[in-house]
Amino acid sequence: MIINMGPQHPSTHGVLRLLLELDGETIVTCEPIIGYLHTGIEKNTEYRTWMQGVTFVTRADYLSPFFNELGYCLGVERLLGIEAPPRAQAIRVLVCEMNRIASHLVYIATAGLELGAVSVMLYGFREREIIMDIFEAITGLRMNHAYIRIGGVVMDLPSDGPRKIRHMLDVLPGRIDEYETLLNDNPIWRERNEGVGRLTAEQALGLGVTGPVLRAAGVPADLRKDMPYSGYETYDFEVPTRTEADAYARYRVRIDEMRESLKIVAQALERLEDPPGPVMVDDPKVGWPSRLSVGPDGIGNDPEYLRHIMEESMEALIHHFKMVTQGVQVPAGEVYSVVESPRGELGFYIVSDGEHRPYRVKIRDPSFANLQSLPAMVEGGLIADSIAANASLDPVMGGVDR
Amino acid sequence: MVGGRFDDVVLVRDEVTVLVDRDDLLGALAWLRTEPGLSFDFLSCVTATHWPEAEPAFWVVYELRSMAEKHRLRVKVGLSETDPHVPSVTPEYPTANWHERETFDFYGIVFDGHPGLTRILLPDDWEGHPLRKDEELGGVETWYHGARVPPTSAPVSSARRP
Amino acid sequence: MPVERIEGVHLGRTPEEVEEEVERGVLLSTMDRAVGWARKQSMWPATFGLACCAIEMMSTGAGQYDLSRWGMELFRASPRQADLMIVAGRVSQKMAPVLRRIYDQMPEPKWVISMGVCASAGGMFTNYAIVQGVDTIVPVDVYVPGCPPKPEMLMHGILILQHKVRTSETFR
Repeated sequence: MIINMGPQHPSTHGVLRLLLELDGETIVTCEPIIGYLHTGIEKNTEYRTWMQGVTFVTRADYLSPFFNELGYCLGVERLLGIEAPPRAQAIRVLVCEMNRIASHLVYIATAGLELGAVSVMLYGFREREIIMDIFEAITGLRMNHAYIRIGGVVMDLPSDGPRKIRHMLDVLPGRIDEYETLLNDNPIWRERNEGVGRLTAEQALGLGVTGPVLRAAGVPADLRKDMPYSGYETYDFEVPTRTEADAYARYRVRIDEMRESLKIVAQALERLEDPPGPVMVDDPKVGWPSRLSVGPDGIGNDPEYLRHIMEESMEALIHHFKMVTQGVQVPAGEVYSVVESPRGELGFYIVSDGEHRPYRVKIRDPSFANLQSLPAMVEGGLIADSIAANASLDPVMGGVDR
Repeated sequence: MVGGRFDDVVLVRDEVTVLVDRDDLLGALAWLRTEPGLSFDFLSCVTATHWPEAEPAFWVVYELRSMAEKHRLRVKVGLSETDPHVPSVTPEYPTANWHERETFDFYGIVFDGHPGLTRILLPDDWEGHPLRKDEELGGVETWYHGARVPPTSAPVSSARRP
Repeated sequence: MPVERIEGVHLGRTPEEVEEEVERGVLLSTMDRAVGWARKQSMWPATFGLACCAIEMMSTGAGQYDLSRWGMELFRASPRQADLMIVAGRVSQKMAPVLRRIYDQMPEPKWVISMGVCASAGGMFTNYAIVQGVDTIVPVDVYVPGCPPKPEMLMHGILILQHKVRTSETFR
């Protein structure tokens, strides 16, 4: 019997369609059919300026928007031959690691919901609200921030940012302990996850799987350690690895990764306590021209800067206009920049031909490659196990379909 | 080390790019994977770029990564517009399956020997290959404050080799 | 004899409508109000979360911004049991027929909230791949802009829809 699961289904993590051939309750073959969220992001970036590309790219993998922005900006900065100032790099690491925690919390919430543990979903989203609150204070948005830009970040942290982050660092370890107490030795959780969705290291490497799935199979591959970027080599953290290669191992790896991310956030916060420095590169041909700051009405342009361009200097106004409408001019070349997103290797193959607009931006999304391994994990098992395996893979369809 | 085997090696911004011929592709990838010290056992992605009015018109790009040695390499194959065929690397790297389908979907490049080359992201009955430079962006015409904003149709810029 | 319009009691807007309403009789207008109240009190949304807005919709249903205050925490998986479809996220060309099919499978009465700019008007993606507004496919009752809209904005949209449901006439 051939049955169709999705694309509208409560448990398929978005619009994924699985074509299952069944023999009773056992899956004989499984074919994922994707493309139901195809947005044409890659084509759209070719028609916008380099800076506007950040806003497009950030919506690809929408559960880890900062990683999308970071990968894209690192690539463009490599083409330009510049590096963001150290304070901007520390802020980038800070927000990225918080994004990793938020993404893993969504994993726990949705995995719990799909296996029937509805209260886990409420707990996961409760913790996520703490982090969303911090994101809103720093960037102005809860999701899809467009905060990390070419040359640095848009704005420095607000004055109450460090206090909120410290509050999060106080509260979150206890909450993660709660998850472990609730789920680690829970007989139902273990029964449904142990031995389910097994993917050995050879299979994973052949199928292009990276991230917690690969680390749960015993391969300690983490781009933050192997090919560090944005200052990661100066932070002290571990890469949790397990060997059982099933859904339960992936769950444990993600919980441990959350704890490691908290360590990195604490270290990054310490560095940001030094006297403030620039958060955007100084070069006027590259850096985003407006100095943003929190005005009396909330976030807005710096009144000093506005006065300068509107009243004092015509050249500054023209320069501001050109930078905002045309933007950076990136020398011709190609680059492949990677970051370690919560789901694995997120890569950007960026080609420029010397213009104000990208020539080609290809997003190598980890979920796209990870989802290819779903048939290998699921065939021969039960339908209910396919739900657990899919949840442990944590695909985000925005990244898969782009 | 790589230069001993290949003729066309480019090193720019700490990234190594190797240009190979279409017929040499499978042999090159096999050599890159088995050569000790290189051991590129992981294929990150397969993609393509389109340069209309240039020769070659398509570049198919393979991004390789070595888990053990922790380095990267890029392999590029040039194709002409009239003959966009290239052998599929799915037997070597099973992950290329979906990547090649996506490249076919977007550019119309045919991967010979692929186990099932069909559209993956666009609907099955879609006509055209949208990421080619001569295809439009699409969208609808909108009106805003009395001004008419037509759907974007102009291709971006003239072709120049990177 | 002209009837004075009382806010909250009469559903009509002009004096003629109010007079007609009074003429129809007290029973049916009370039934209208009762049914409208019952419908808006316990709407069951169908899960149609597509992209980033789906995460915000899940946040709206979660603990901090609680949708069950308005009787909506029960997201039904089957469209046959749902009466509200919140289209949350960008609708691609491949997904459009599926969207229409789910909408057709929902029994009357049904309402549609289009959440986010991508569902309302195509959003930032004016290209070949995204349907430029789901109102080209299904009739929309409330548009909630935002990219993504904050949970409070979605709640405001839901409350507007509830007001619309409560004040709509079912018996005529």
